[in-house]
Amino acid sequence: MVNLEHVNMIFNQGTLDENHAIKKINLTIHESDFITIIGSNGAGKTTLFNLIAGSFRPTSGKIFINKHDVTRVPEHKRARYIGRIFQNPLLGTASNMSIEDNMMMCYDKGFKWPLIRLSKKMRSFFKAELSKLNMNLEERMKENVRMLSGGQRQALTLLMMVMSKPTLILLDEHTAALDPKNAALVLSMTNDFIEENKLTTIMITHNMSQAIEFGNRLLMMDEGEIILDVQGKVKRKLTIEKLVKKFHEIRKHDFESDEIRLA
Amino acid sequence: MVNALASIITEGCMFGIMVLGVFITFRVLKFPDLTVDGSFPLGAAIMTSFIVSGYNPVLAIFIAFLAGLLAGMVTAVMHNELKIPNLLAGILTMIMLYSINLKILGASNVSLLNKKTILGNVFLFLKQFGLSREVSYALFFLLLIFFIKFLLDLFFRTDLGMTLGALGDNQQMVISQGVNPKVIKIIGVGLSNGLVAIAGSFNAQYQGFGDVGFGQGIIIAGLAAVMIGEFLIKSNKIFWLTFNVILGSIIFNAVMYGARTLTFVLPFITASDLKLVQVILVISCLVAIRIRSNLRKRSSKSGKP
Repeated sequence: MVNLEHVNMIFNQGTLDENHAIKKINLTIHESDFITIIGSNGAGKTTLFNLIAGSFRPTSGKIFINKHDVTRVPEHKRARYIGRIFQNPLLGTASNMSIEDNMMMCYDKGFKWPLIRLSKKMRSFFKAELSKLNMNLEERMKENVRMLSGGQRQALTLLMMVMSKPTLILLDEHTAALDPKNAALVLSMTNDFIEENKLTTIMITHNMSQAIEFGNRLLMMDEGEIILDVQGKVKRKLTIEKLVKKFHEIRKHDFESDEIRLA
Repeated sequence: MVNALASIITEGCMFGIMVLGVFITFRVLKFPDLTVDGSFPLGAAIMTSFIVSGYNPVLAIFIAFLAGLLAGMVTAVMHNELKIPNLLAGILTMIMLYSINLKILGASNVSLLNKKTILGNVFLFLKQFGLSREVSYALFFLLLIFFIKFLLDLFFRTDLGMTLGALGDNQQMVISQGVNPKVIKIIGVGLSNGLVAIAGSFNAQYQGFGDVGFGQGIIIAGLAAVMIGEFLIKSNKIFWLTFNVILGSIIFNAVMYGARTLTFVLPFITASDLKLVQVILVISCLVAIRIRSNLRKRSSKSGKP
């Protein structure tokens, strides 16, 4: 469904600061795949997301979504079928607007016309959707999003993203900025939504046990390359020890233990 | 006294239309736009030349709005496509408009004496009910600004209006919704300058002449009024936000009226010092906002609400 062909990303090409962030990556993502990506800082995980979402154009290579070449399609156009959640909970919602206004804006993707669509019917629909979160937000629909906690905002972002029915969702460590309790809650919510709606998902995580526990396929990245790609049965049998051992075999250098928590 | 109050309300509401425009760029879009200094006299120039050439002044309001819209769009396009910083893009359009306004007006100052204007007709109509010129103007502008406010409030409740509101707060979110933020900026800055041009077109009628120098420093007046408004009613509802803007504009004009009166009483203050007064007002507002936010931070750190 999503194909990356020989994708290279080089920042500051031809200068002293040259950084080859993505090295000739080939990747095929199938429909209703749930891929987890792990890798240390600077491995190129977020750059990969930026390339798929269209925040950057690759230095070379091509990106296809549903067999359409989207390499030169701007981010806002790709956003019509890609949903993305960032680590920073502030990036998914407009803080000085009410919950219902935020939901109305995210109800569907594409250009917003000068029409008032926020009706009684819409409100009751949003209310029903919000009650799925079990955060009592359905009673606070007229409050500013600013008043919500980070976990509540991230859960709201997740709900709104699922509502717009994206073809592909990109989760960029979306629970990393939350406290452990909220992180676990948002993560299990994410998993439920993905299973329920059969969403094609890629999730970046710093947490190896999460990467093993969730999804049907696991990618490990290092220095701009995908060094490990396992799925199905092999992935189910993975353990943290096996993963670390595999990394040593491939890379022959120490895993930065402070970056990847052996939790 | 009644006349003083009436002229404060008149000017507060007339400039208030401009302040609503400034509110859209500075506060909603967070796009500091200096085009205002050029689009205000643009509106005045269009109205003046329309009336002088015998065209319908109501038509002139629409043309002024469209011309202002276009001016704002030029600024936004320069910022979007040529990557010119927003402050500079606004200044560039403002300078361009100076020449354009001179072309439209034909001279740097054109009188509207003995010409039929909308305001003149309003007074002729209300005179029958025994109202003075000042009171009839005040009534007319109160009605006009609340009509514009009503339309704006309605606009900000539409999907497009909400997206405009979200853009100033979180551009990434707007992109994630599949909307091109450049288009929203063009619409927002355009709409803002359209309103400013409408205010300019009424200013020409109110003053009785069109002048290319009308806009000089008007952005400062707009900013001061927006900031004063922010000290008033606390709410996240667009109804109260625009209400604050109008009230802020009236208060600002009351202060300026006071300063103008002082020039008659105190020998060391002259009319040419009024710009100084305006800037001092803006600076004190900025300082007050800063102190307030510092106090809030301190109280939230010590755990008090």
